[in-house]
Amino acid sequence: MIRIDGLRFSYGEGDFRLWIPELAVEAGTTTAFIGPSGSGKTTLLNLIAGIIRPETGRVETRNVEVSGMSDEERRRFRITTVGLVFQEFELLEYLTVLDNILLPYRIHSALTLDSAVRERAGSLAERVGISDKLGRHPRRLSQGERQRVAVCRAVLTDPPLLLTDEPTGNLDPVNRERVLDILFDYVKESGTTLVSVTHDHEILPRFGRVVDFREFHSFGEAGVASGNRAEDRANGGAS
Amino acid sequence: MRDTLYLAWRYLAFHRVKTGILVAAITLIVFLPVGLRVIVDQSSRQLTARAEATPLAIGAKGSPTELTLNTLYFSSDVPARTTYAAASEVTATRLASAIPMYVRFRVRGQPIVGTTLEYFGFRGLRIAEGRQIAVLGDAVLGSRAAERLGVGTGGHVISSPESVFDIAGVYPLRMPVVGVLEFSDSADDDAVFVDVKTAWVIEGLGHGHQDLSQPEASSGVLRREGNVVVGNASVMQYNEITPDNIDSFHFHGDLSDFPLTAVIAVPPDQRSSALLQGRYQSAELRQVVSPSEVMDELLDTILTVEKFVIAGAVTVGLATLATAFLVFALSLRLRRRERETLFKIGGSRSAVATVMTSEIVGVLAVGVLLALLLTFLTQRYGDVIIRTLIR
Repeated sequence: MIRIDGLRFSYGEGDFRLWIPELAVEAGTTTAFIGPSGSGKTTLLNLIAGIIRPETGRVETRNVEVSGMSDEERRRFRITTVGLVFQEFELLEYLTVLDNILLPYRIHSALTLDSAVRERAGSLAERVGISDKLGRHPRRLSQGERQRVAVCRAVLTDPPLLLTDEPTGNLDPVNRERVLDILFDYVKESGTTLVSVTHDHEILPRFGRVVDFREFHSFGEAGVASGNRAEDRANGGAS
Repeated sequence: MRDTLYLAWRYLAFHRVKTGILVAAITLIVFLPVGLRVIVDQSSRQLTARAEATPLAIGAKGSPTELTLNTLYFSSDVPARTTYAAASEVTATRLASAIPMYVRFRVRGQPIVGTTLEYFGFRGLRIAEGRQIAVLGDAVLGSRAAERLGVGTGGHVISSPESVFDIAGVYPLRMPVVGVLEFSDSADDDAVFVDVKTAWVIEGLGHGHQDLSQPEASSGVLRREGNVVVGNASVMQYNEITPDNIDSFHFHGDLSDFPLTAVIAVPPDQRSSALLQGRYQSAELRQVVSPSEVMDELLDTILTVEKFVIAGAVTVGLATLATAFLVFALSLRLRRRERETLFKIGGSRSAVATVMTSEIVGVLAVGVLLALLLTFLTQRYGDVIIRTLIR
């Protein structure tokens, strides 16, 4: 599903450097990226999604080199192939719950909003327990409900790849478990590949594989990487 | 496109108070100078057209503007009175025909224009229903006056007292409406036309009462001195002129001393006009004015004022526009995260741009559209506004 080779990335300013000589994530698996803040977990999600491009190296998703695409191609790739869930939910305050869920279908011509999509949005909302709140605006929802809306928005297009960045970071334990149940049930049923960034070690047992970013060292000082493998705690054999 | 416009609409609707204020600001910024320009253009056209169609106005010495506005637009500011002798004088010069005008009284706000039949021919006014003024007391209504008073041919109108407390002054006169004029799109549409003598009856200069020589009026006789019969306060005066009592109406005094607000003089040519104006150059009691010249002066004043008003409106507009764009800029900054979210999810460049600029474009578009609508309404109903202001 995801293959990374010789990836180097740095932001224009600051000391941050990311070097991933090799990393692969198989289709249909669930992977957690862990590591200290600033180690590059979210950056890697953004690179996988094509939100940013590496300085060097390749990022391939579903046998397509995302890093070689144009901006418009990467946007199309994301809207059709990737579902994104953020820690801060990132719902649009002026849209109702239903309109927030349907948002991907309104912002790119690659997707067409029809009655089948609306029906699917309704059934997803029902499944996560917010079907009675479809007409509400996000400010009138609890944190847990907001994240459930965000999950519905991310999976509405039935994406083969789901990227979540601290999806439970702002949730209490009860809502955390509920949102994770929803995510993992969905992944299990649909065969979607899940890659999640998290600081919450309590939820790691739910993932099939954990990649620790402490294994990825910065480059630049000597121009040489001192490590190139991620630790695989569950499945063994990270590539 | 429809979907992104939907998002834009939802944003504007959600922030409806902010949107409303911005739209109102943009509307006013555009409409104030444009609308003012339209009003001034229309009023210039109207004032000039009617003034140019009125060669000369003769009245008592005083404000030429008051004399012109009262004669042309029947404004409520009544100029100093001249007398009927002024009309006779003009006729006697043989340099122009004279149309007496007495515009002092009102019927529920509509001006009563006391004049002669020549006025209708002079203005090209035609009867739409009924007939022309024929006898003392007859009234013919302009089309808008008929509409506003809710009276047509066969009905009656009553002159309004000039003051509620005017006990000893002008008594209301009930007048039959014998005709309604065709719409002329002028001040004449608002008028109640009567013969100038009827206007004098309203003034109290002419009246009708019981014939004291008849036996049934004996109770009203105070004393008899030869052929002179002096009535007491119980003698009944008529407040309506009917076929039965019309013969009892009469005027006391010399007609040539009776009041007029103006005499419209219609000379046949420029030479006669110049000669007639020359005759009034040294007149002590009367003045002759060329309404078009008076209006030109008035328009010059209006245009000067307009320039100041527009300069003020533009200054305020620019300040408001700057404030509006500051609001837009702050709003764009506040929406940075939303922009990033749309980008991350995979929104196309055009869709993200449309959603982000929707506020500015929407507000500007609706504001300009509303301003255009207001300008259209001003163009459509500007003449009514102008006439109301002039009245």
